[in-house]
Amino acid sequence: MGSNSDSKGEGGGGAPGGVSRRSFLQGMGLAVGVATVPLGLRESSAAPGAVSGIGPGPARLRLKINGAEKIVDVEPRLTLNDVLRDELDLTGTKLVCGRGACGACTVMVDGESVCSCMMLAVDARGKEITTVEGLAGSDGTLDPVQAAFIEFDGQQCGFCTPGMVVRARAFLNEHPEPTREDVQHGLSGNICRCGTYDGVIAAVLSAAGKEASKA
Amino acid sequence: MEILIPKTLDEALALMAERGGELTPIAGGTDVLVSWHSREHESLKLLDLSRLGAELGSIRFSDEHLHLGALSTYWQAIDNAQVREEFPLLVAAAKEVGAIQIQTRGTWAGNIGNGSPAADGVPALLACDAVVVLSSKSETVEAPLHEFWTGYKQTVRQSDQLIVEIKVPRRDRDFQHWHKVGSRAAQAITKVGVAMAHDAEGWRIAANSVAPYVVRCRAVEKALDEGRKFGRPEDLEELLAADVAPIDDIRSTGEFRRKVLARIIYFGLAEPSIKPLADVGA
Repeated sequence: MGSNSDSKGEGGGGAPGGVSRRSFLQGMGLAVGVATVPLGLRESSAAPGAVSGIGPGPARLRLKINGAEKIVDVEPRLTLNDVLRDELDLTGTKLVCGRGACGACTVMVDGESVCSCMMLAVDARGKEITTVEGLAGSDGTLDPVQAAFIEFDGQQCGFCTPGMVVRARAFLNEHPEPTREDVQHGLSGNICRCGTYDGVIAAVLSAAGKEASKA
Repeated sequence: MEILIPKTLDEALALMAERGGELTPIAGGTDVLVSWHSREHESLKLLDLSRLGAELGSIRFSDEHLHLGALSTYWQAIDNAQVREEFPLLVAAAKEVGAIQIQTRGTWAGNIGNGSPAADGVPALLACDAVVVLSSKSETVEAPLHEFWTGYKQTVRQSDQLIVEIKVPRRDRDFQHWHKVGSRAAQAITKVGVAMAHDAEGWRIAANSVAPYVVRCRAVEKALDEGRKFGRPEDLEELLAADVAPIDDIRSTGEFRRKVLARIIYFGLAEPSIKPLADVGA
């Protein structure tokens, strides 16, 4: 693994002042990464005309995540999910099945719902990535979908919730006035082991209604 | 693991000519990246096609054909009003590939190139007589989709070729039916799936998960073309014995698949899932 930097100076969600288990583990990873990163990382955007090839060692990727440019030096085998969680500390996006079958890792890529576990980080270059951390306003105002999930208890253990919320946001962008059946079909790629689907559907329908009445 | 990232189709084809035998093309990644964390340390060499969207990413119509660019996704087809109107069978199938998160990334061409017998995008393409367009550095050739696979995950694609497009003939189809049986309605891999279509050239019946690759059911097509009526599903079962070879696996059994396949076709003939245009809104 390698280091990461942030061109806008906005850090991840680490525990301020203390050493969390996560930051400790990441610190360990960083130490190993520094020792193994070869001199002169190859930029993945090579000179025009040349076919760029990267790997197996780290390559520098510029990614646009929640409106901010992020620069990471990572092995090209890493998925977008790996980079979000392990490099950028955006751990709202979960990893569950690792094979595109559960939706817990859902993010938006150029507005479309995508399983981040099945997209290489290399492929995300030049695209607008939105994670669950990017839904609330900069002043902390929750997205109507997030507020509705709270109001309608759209979660139980909560592990599928970030993926559900991101998919619900993208779904309402696609279907501003959905029926219950639309919601069921539109969120069918997100699995909840606790079975809290009724709360999820009620939340999405409520958010849709509130957005429609404002429009 | 290495990734080669061509920026034009010419560059990609030059790489395929040099070292196509060792390269795995990757588009949406919904096949290559399944359970990736158990395989990511393999010495794979990927040819990342993600920068070729301008050349291979569009869906367009010519006088004779619908052209699905090799990087076009199920979601693009679902989202295209003209495709929805002219090719409802393709759209019905596209809506049942995984779920939306797979449909936004999975490509029609990847489903073909990967060669899975369970590929959900493929029966509808077969029923619509699709043609695969393959390019190498030196030439572009076409292969009818029904001749594309030669065995389980074996295809006629040469090591220096890339699929660049799928062509689907524009025809008046007076019968279309798609039915998929999985463990649940979404996010399930198919136990049995069938796409059926009829046009001036005759019947096309294509089924997935019942043979080493997605197949046309020729004996049933021939019987229907000859005007045979089926009074009971068991008669179809007899004919299908020559067409398919379903196996027992983690998802189902051969016997279940044979019986269900016959019944999907039988009940589909009586009541197709896609209504002819004249009936819509009547």
